[in-house]
Amino acid sequence: MNRTYELMFIVRPDMVDEDLNKLISTLGSSVTAAGGTIKSEVWGKRRLAYTVRRFNDGIFVLLIIEGAGSLVHEVERRLRVTEQVIKFITVRTDEELKRLDKIKKLRDAKKKTSAAPAAPVTPEAGGEPTPATV
Amino acid sequence: MAEETKAPAAAAASGETRTAERSERPERSDRPERSDRGPRGPRPGGGPGGPREGGRKYFRRKKVCKFCTEKIEAINYKDVRLLAGFVAESGKIVPRRLTGVCTPHQRRLSAAIKQARNIALLPFAGRAQ
Repeated sequence: MNRTYELMFIVRPDMVDEDLNKLISTLGSSVTAAGGTIKSEVWGKRRLAYTVRRFNDGIFVLLIIEGAGSLVHEVERRLRVTEQVIKFITVRTDEELKRLDKIKKLRDAKKKTSAAPAAPVTPEAGGEPTPATV
Repeated sequence: MAEETKAPAAAAASGETRTAERSERPERSDRPERSDRGPRGPRPGGGPGGPREGGRKYFRRKKVCKFCTEKIEAINYKDVRLLAGFVAESGKIVPRRLTGVCTPHQRRLSAAIKQARNIALLPFAGRAQ
C-alpha cells in the first residue's frame, strides 16, 4: 500500500508566489486527508525546452507523495482542472528506491568486510594460526 | 596438425614461417587453411588491438560505460546535465555504440530522457534554446 510517487508539474510563469503556495497546500491537504504523506519542493522559474501553451518559461514544482494510487489519481485530476498548471508528469519511484537501497546495502556490506580484517590483523601478527596444508 | 605435413623440417607453428611457406610455395592451395580459421580475414590474432587493412570497422578503442565505472546508480529524469551528455545537438538520443554505455544503463537512460522530454526539460527536436 505504500507506494511512492514523484509528481512534477509546471505552473505558468506569471503566477504569484502566494497563489502557488495555496495550490500546493490544497493538494497537500487532500493527500493527507486521504492518509498519505506529501513533501514539496519548488524549483523555481526555468526555461522550457519547447513552447508549452505559448509559454517559454515555467515554475517547476516537485511533489513526493506516499500513499495509494487513488490519491495520486485525485491530485492529477485537480491539476488537470487547474488552469495555471500547464504540464505534469507522475513517476512511480518505490521500486527504484528499493533497488537503490539494495545496492547501497550491498556496497556498505562489502566495505565492512574489506575494512574489518585490516584492523585485527596487526596486533595478532604473531599468533595467527597458519593452515597446515603442507 | 595439418601444418606439420606441409612444413619443412625447421618449421614451427608460428605465423612467420607460415608466410614464408606461402611465398616460397605459391602453388600449394592454402585455401583450406584460411577457411578453417574463419571468414574473418587472414590474421584474426591481430584483431581488436590493431586491426589492419579491412578490419578497421569493428572494435574501436574499448569504450567503457560511464555509469558502471563511476558507479552512478540513479538515472533520474531530473538531472538534465547528466542526460544532456547523451543527447545529440538535434535532440536525438545518441546510440549505445557511440557512447559506450552498457545495455541496462542505456535502457534506463533512454527512459529517463523520454520522461525529461515530456516535462519540457529536454527538447524533442532541435537545440534547447
